[in-house]
Amino acid sequence: MSRKIRVLIAKPGLDGHDRGAKVIARALRDAGMEVIYTGIRQTPEQIANAAIQEDVDIVGLSSLSGAHNNLFPKVVQILREKKAEDILVFGGGIIPVDDIPGLKKAGIREIFQPGASTEDIIKYIKENVTT
Amino acid sequence: MPKNIREEFERWEKTTLNKVISKSPEREPSFMTTSHVELKRLYTPLDVADKDYCSDLGFPGEFPFTRGVQATMYRGRFWTMRQYAGFATPEETNKRYKYLLEHGQTGLSVAFDLPTQIGYDSDHPLSEGEVGKVGVAIDSLKDMEILFDGIPLDKVSTSMTINSTAAILLAMYIAVAEKQGVKSEILQGTIQNDILKEYAARGTYIYPPLESMRIITDIFSFCKDRVPRWNTISISGYHMREAGCTAVQEVAFTLADGIAYVEAAIRAGLDVDSFASRLAFFFCCHNNFIEEVAKFRAARRLWAKIMKERFKAKRDESCMLRFHTQTAGCSLTAQQPDNNVVRVAFQALAAVLGGTQSLHTNSRDEAYSLPTEDSVRIALRTQQIIAYEIGVPDMIDPLGGSYAVEALTDEIEKKSLEYIDRIDALGGAVRAIETGYVQGEIGESAYQYQKEIETKKRIVVGLNQFQVEEEPLRDILRIRPEVEQYQKEKLGRVRKERDNAKVKQTLALLKKAAQGKENVVLPVLEAVKVYATLGEISDTLREVFGEYKER
Repeated sequence: MSRKIRVLIAKPGLDGHDRGAKVIARALRDAGMEVIYTGIRQTPEQIANAAIQEDVDIVGLSSLSGAHNNLFPKVVQILREKKAEDILVFGGGIIPVDDIPGLKKAGIREIFQPGASTEDIIKYIKENVTT
Repeated sequence: MPKNIREEFERWEKTTLNKVISKSPEREPSFMTTSHVELKRLYTPLDVADKDYCSDLGFPGEFPFTRGVQATMYRGRFWTMRQYAGFATPEETNKRYKYLLEHGQTGLSVAFDLPTQIGYDSDHPLSEGEVGKVGVAIDSLKDMEILFDGIPLDKVSTSMTINSTAAILLAMYIAVAEKQGVKSEILQGTIQNDILKEYAARGTYIYPPLESMRIITDIFSFCKDRVPRWNTISISGYHMREAGCTAVQEVAFTLADGIAYVEAAIRAGLDVDSFASRLAFFFCCHNNFIEEVAKFRAARRLWAKIMKERFKAKRDESCMLRFHTQTAGCSLTAQQPDNNVVRVAFQALAAVLGGTQSLHTNSRDEAYSLPTEDSVRIALRTQQIIAYEIGVPDMIDPLGGSYAVEALTDEIEKKSLEYIDRIDALGGAVRAIETGYVQGEIGESAYQYQKEIETKKRIVVGLNQFQVEEEPLRDILRIRPEVEQYQKEKLGRVRKERDNAKVKQTLALLKKAAQGKENVVLPVLEAVKVYATLGEISDTLREVFGEYKER
């Protein structure tokens, strides 16, 4: 029996809009995954450390404040520095489409935009994480 | 009620209605509002038979204010058209304000960036990437002088969405007014100053609840003498609604927070009638049109009763629920964004039919970014079309007396009161938030809403039905990354040019006031006047009060 997929849902930066993050955390839980939600106002360092300590397979970042270009790549960078690049990182929130290529280049594997369904996200995780 | 209506109603059900339903059933087995109020097929005089017009509805401008808080409502003057705006630097936002005022906006509403809202200067490490993003960056009085340059503060009213750092921004506003030769006694505007909903939903808290409540009651006390025309708090349901709660929960949680503030102020020694008329409210207006109209009417009546019966307020003004409305940001779709113009128009109309005192209409592109100038103009024009073209504002509470609206008003009031009773039983709003009860209720509703969309129980046009292949919107407002550097350099110059000895001295006095029982607003005002920064003032209070951490 394969172990459950472990996911960290995190809110980097000062943004307090956590409706999406909480809904997704719950939907992933209902889909049988182990989910840790960091709460709001986390630094990239805190998120990367939590991902490593909790031994997660994948990290989902949510930001609606426009700080994603600064904060998302930092999480990936710190994971790499700590030799934890096997932990995948995806993101979502209010993210202009023209920012997506840059974020992907920086190592964020996927970006979900407003209107994305929790089904899409569950499917993405199941297809991309091997346990 | 005359017996023949009931008899006729039953006859209609058995004959005309039954004939149709037996052949073609209705679209759904039952119809619900967002608050799980089951809607009747038809409302009739039977549904309002137990109402007493004079005590339940009354007249506009009189207790219990069901029909509106002013005697003439929009026949006297329209609601204040107040678009929430702010981005990047004070220089750029000042230009946007002048643009809005030129286009007929009648009041200002300041959006601050997150560092300003959470008490960090633009050069703080945690501010990185956030400077100027969701609002304008304000580090010191210098920025505030630029923000209101050329805008006469004796002529406009200004609303500021600011909570844990409200005392600082209000002090800066007073200081700018003084420099314009305008006395604080005539300033008009609002600070949001509603910390409880920040713990529950919005997230820009700094200090623990008890200390935050003390700052708030200090502000009430300071303003009643020094800024008597200022709305000292805007008790907000908007953000809890945006976080996912229902219309009933929005009324209940907002009024429960209101109760907590009134209790805190009374405990701090204030007479209820000395501050209650300066309390303002802020609600969301979502899509379920009739439910929203009823919600505003219900909230007004319920608050009036709470003030009179629970707090023994003597003045009618103390019982008036005056409110600002913003259309529902969370109802906007990234798909087919022009459809959002229509959503916003319906929501704005419901707010006007509900008797709002001021209104912000959202822009069509807000699922992508802060709005562009063109989008904001359409949003403002939407309000102007309601005001000038469609005739609705020419009568007071034109939906009053509608069987459906009155029945729903009753139902929402009743269900909200049940929630408030539950919150009372938990020990009040502060406890209900500390224990996570309110957050849990909001989260549950948000999850159900999302599930309804994904199972197509709830149709959102363009999102889960009537989709088209489309290109995402690219013509959006971008905040230049140089904004952060620009603010940092300006801040550096302020720190160099000011009298640092005076800054130290005023911050020391603030610390002493915070440690003791003195009102903290006065020393904050002294500190901002000598260009102490927002971050320095917040840090001084952090040292005394500590910081709140999310559970």
